Order: sequence, then C-alpha cells, then structure tokens
Amino acid sequence: MTYFADVGALARKDLLLELRARDTLPAMLLFVVATFVVFHFSLPAHSSQLASSGLLWVAIIFTALLGLGRAFVPEREQRVLDGLVLAPCDRSAIWLAKSIATLAFLGAAELVALPVFALFFHGLSGATVAGVVLADVGICAVGTFLGAMAVATRARDLLLPLLFLPLAIPIVVGGVGASVVGSPGRYLAFLALYDVLFGLLCWATFEYVVTE
Amino acid sequence: MIRARKVGKRFGDKRVLRGVDLDVARGAFAVVTGPNGSGKTTLLRLCAGLALPSEGELEVEVPRAAVGYLAHEPLVYRELTALENLDLYGRLYRVTERRERIGMLLERFGLWDVRHDRVVSYSRGMTQRLALCRVLLHEPELLVLDEPYTALDEAGADLLDAQLTELHGERTVLVSTHDPDRVAPLATQQLALA
Amino acid sequence: MRVVARLYRVPLPTLAIASLVLMTVALTLVFYVAPNDANQGFSQRIFYFHVSIAFTAYACFAAGAWKALLHLWKRDPRADLESYVAVHQGVIFGTLVLLTGSIWAKISWGHWWLWGEDELVLFLVLFLFYCAYFMLRFSVDLGPQRANLSAVYALFGVVLIPVSFLAIRIAKSFVHPEVFTLHGPNFGGWILVTYCVAQAALLLFAHTLYRVELAGKRLDARLRELRLA
Repeated sequence: MTYFADVGALARKDLLLELRARDTLPAMLLFVVATFVVFHFSLPAHSSQLASSGLLWVAIIFTALLGLGRAFVPEREQRVLDGLVLAPCDRSAIWLAKSIATLAFLGAAELVALPVFALFFHGLSGATVAGVVLADVGICAVGTFLGAMAVATRARDLLLPLLFLPLAIPIVVGGVGASVVGSPGRYLAFLALYDVLFGLLCWATFEYVVTE
Repeated sequence: MIRARKVGKRFGDKRVLRGVDLDVARGAFAVVTGPNGSGKTTLLRLCAGLALPSEGELEVEVPRAAVGYLAHEPLVYRELTALENLDLYGRLYRVTERRERIGMLLERFGLWDVRHDRVVSYSRGMTQRLALCRVLLHEPELLVLDEPYTALDEAGADLLDAQLTELHGERTVLVSTHDPDRVAPLATQQLALA
Repeated sequence: MRVVARLYRVPLPTLAIASLVLMTVALTLVFYVAPNDANQGFSQRIFYFHVSIAFTAYACFAAGAWKALLHLWKRDPRADLESYVAVHQGVIFGTLVLLTGSIWAKISWGHWWLWGEDELVLFLVLFLFYCAYFMLRFSVDLGPQRANLSAVYALFGVVLIPVSFLAIRIAKSFVHPEVFTLHGPNFGGWILVTYCVAQAALLLFAHTLYRVELAGKRLDARLRELRLA
C-alpha cells in the first residue's frame, strides 16, 4: 500500500535527519541521567522504593518533552512542511512517520536510561518495562501531534509542555500503576486503551493541523 | 485551469489581497507582477493550494499531485543531500523511473557533481537550482513559480529560460516576478497587482 | 437536540428573564424547601449547585467539541466562534466547580482540597487542559489555522474527559489513600425535585451566558470586517 510506503519514506527521512544532527539523543541521555541524580537528592532518607519508581515516570515524561520539542524543527525551518503538505500523500502519514522516528529515539534513550535507573535505585520489573513500551507509543503519538500544533503558533517551545502535560497525566497513572501495583494488568490495559483512542484521534485529525 | 473570482485574503487584521480576478487556461503562461507587499506570494500560495481564500472563489482544476510549487523558500531539507531530498519527493509524488529522472534533472541543472553533498553546503544559487529540480521532478501539469529567478546567476537563469521555453504550451505556468521583461516573450497573459 | 434548536430561536431578553426566574425558584427550593441532610446539615446544600455546575461544565465542553467537529467536518463558518464561546463557558463553570467543591470540602472535612474526590481532581486536570486551549488560541493569528487548531484541541479535550476520569479512578490503588469524600444525599422526594430544578436553572443560565457572549463576539467580528473593508 502506498500509504505505508509514504510513511516509510518519511520515517526514513526523519531518522536520517536526527542521526545527522546528532544533538537530540545525546541531550536526552544526559538530561535523563542528570535527572536521576537530582532525584537522589530529592528523596528524603526513608522514602520508599515506590517513590523512586514514581519518579522514573516523571523523568520519562520530561525527557520525552525535551526530544519532542525538536521534532518539527527541520520542517519549521524555511517552511519545508509546505513541501510535504503539497505532496499527494495522506497528511496523516507525516504525523505517523514523525511519531515512529521519535519513538525510535525515545526508545534508544530509554535503553540507556532504564539500566542506569536500575543501577542507581532498584531493579525494574517486567511490568515496568512493558509499561514503558506502551507509554512510549502514547507519548510519541500525542507529543508529535502537539509538536506540530505548537510549531504553527507564535509561542512554540513555550506551548508544547502546556499542551502535553494534561494529556500525559493518564500515561503517568498507567505507567506508575504498572510499576508499583501488584497486578499491573489493569494498568497496562489502560495504557493500551489510551494509545488506541488518542492514536486514532491523532491520525484522523492531523490533516487539519497542517492545512487551512 | 485556474479560475479566481474576487479572491481576497486576510491575515488577522491585515488585508493582503482584495478582489482579484484571474483566468488561466490550460497551456497558458501567466505572469504576475507587482511591487513588494502587493500579495504576489499570497496569490501563488492560494493557487498552489496551500491556503484558502478569505473571500471570493478560487478553482484549480488539477489535483494536488499535478501541481508543482516553487516558493520563496526552497522547501528542501538542509541536512540531507540533493539526492536524498529528491528521492524523498520522488517517492512521495510516486514518480516513475525515479532514479533516472532525478539523475537527468540534476545533470541538467548542473548539480550532478554535488549530489552527495548536504544542501547546507550549497550556495543560494545552487539551492535554488535544486528547488527547481524538485518542482519539475514529477512533471506537474501546473507550475506555480514564485520569483524563480531569485539568486540564480546568469548560467542558472539561462537554464531556467530554456526549461520554461521547453514547457511552454505543454504545461500551464503561473509565474510571479520582479523582472517581467525576462519572461515577456513567453507570457500569454499578465496580471498586475497593485 | 430539538430542545436546543428551539432554545436558539428564543430572543435573548426572554431567555435572560426566564433563567433569572428559574434560578430564583431553584434558590428558594435549595434553601427553604429541601430537607436538611441527616449527617451534614445545612452546609450540604451546596451539593445542589456543585453537581449541577459540574454537569453544566461537561455539557459546555461537549457542545464545544460538537461545534469543533462541525467546523472541521462541515466547514460551518459560524462553528469556530460558537465552539470557542462554549469552551469558555465550560472553563467558567469548571472554575466554579473547583470553588464550590473546595468550599464544600472545607465545610465537610476542614480541608480546602481533597485528592480523594474524583470529580474535583478531574476538573483540575480539565482546567489545566482548557487553559492551554486559550494559550493555544491566542498564540495564533486570526484565520483558518487558528480555527482548525482550536477545533482539534477541543476534540482532544472531550476524549480526555472519560480517559482522565478512568485514570483518576485506577490511580487510587497507589496514590495516598484518602478517606475524605464529599457525599451527596440519597435521592428522593423533594431532594430530587430540587436537584432537577437547580440543574435546569443552571443549564438555562449557561445557555443565556453563551448567547450573550456569542452575540458580543459576533459583533466584534462584524466590526472588524467593516473596518477592514
């Protein structure tokens, strides 16, 4: 299907751009490790293990925000987005491709961040990792979408966190629940529900974000 | 091909176009002139389909895939090479015999030797030539060119002249320019914006 | 739906007077007619307003999302402004929910805020979300793009409402457990009547405010157009 061919071509472009720029991924890695160190100093002596699990999710959300702010920068420069919008492909392919690329980078950052977390604090359960995977999908889908919206405004970088955080609250709930509660199935299912609902909404409405 | 009746465009409180009428038939070569700020770029963006008019009616008979738009900005990724940029657009526009066509265009516009260099290393004139390649890549039926001679040196301008002459009559062309004399021999109609 | 359509045809002064009358009736019922609650006494009466206002806020956000859908789907030229005004009303009533909820919490339990009260937390999240709506809208110049972005965001809001509510519910397993919640009365007799009247009064009041603000904004838009011509 040509739709997936388009997504593939665009995703390849996004991955290539990020690999060439080589700034977002190192920044995210440094940021997340620094955040963990800050957490160590933020947790008073007798804080539970649960508290640090919760803080992991804070770190993930804010590290993702850092990366998401950069998502549409190449398109914003010199209005390259116009060129993509004019192409005959479905506009939602632009969003899907960018989300996939962002997911790849967030995943790469977490491949380092999660072991570091385990090193600094305590081990990670399988449920936590599953939660991270599901949450990443939601974060990238919604975050990329909102990034495109933010780029169209005057406030830009200022606006993305404001738009993203209320929508990230359910993700945090799902993630922390999966990490902390005895039977994480409910929370993982909730994360999957979030991904499906908001993924569909993003897919259906991206067209209107980039056209008049 | 293009039909505009009393088209106007407003950005917030600023009115950029007002009461524009335009009729471009298939195969015509229309030239739009006017001083800076007269709305040439806006009119071309409307015709390319990137914006909707605030008032009036605008009808463009060809689908998106058949339009080639050259903007003020080259619309290419600076961190990708010429080849990568054209390959991306070639895939998105479903260009048949993509590699051959890209190669042919790059050679014609004198960019073959630098095809593996990133666009960020190009001069402004070279970037403009690449933009022209991008526009012509999918053999559009309607060409909308916003000041295409910008930044081109004499050689580049000659290449563009030759290309436009070749397309004359076969494709529909809508050009905006500061220098109407250059395209005067090809023009079949003119529109002057106040 | 037909009720709403008919409401639109009622002229504004009539609407204003009707809603004033209905509000007075509601207030009378709430303070004089409805029986005292066995546990909480007189202070529990705020429930009638708190819940009615909450439902009204949901209705406003839903209306905002519906108008947003009309804007995107049917390209209705009036829908963008209607969506914006509806969302604005929703935020006003949402703020009132937070205020009345806070007062009720203070009276009932002595705390100004209860994390255990699901609806209150939901409205806090929605408040943040819709405040960002305004920041988004005012960060884009007037034009089709602003309308599109606002409409899409309003749709996200209406999907967020049930998802957030579910999230808040399931978060209770690991969030610091709260014993304090706000209880409404058991419905029956005069209590039900009072609640229904209060709810109808608030919905009518909200619709009146909506019409007033819409008329004002439409006038602004018309003036702007005339100035530009």
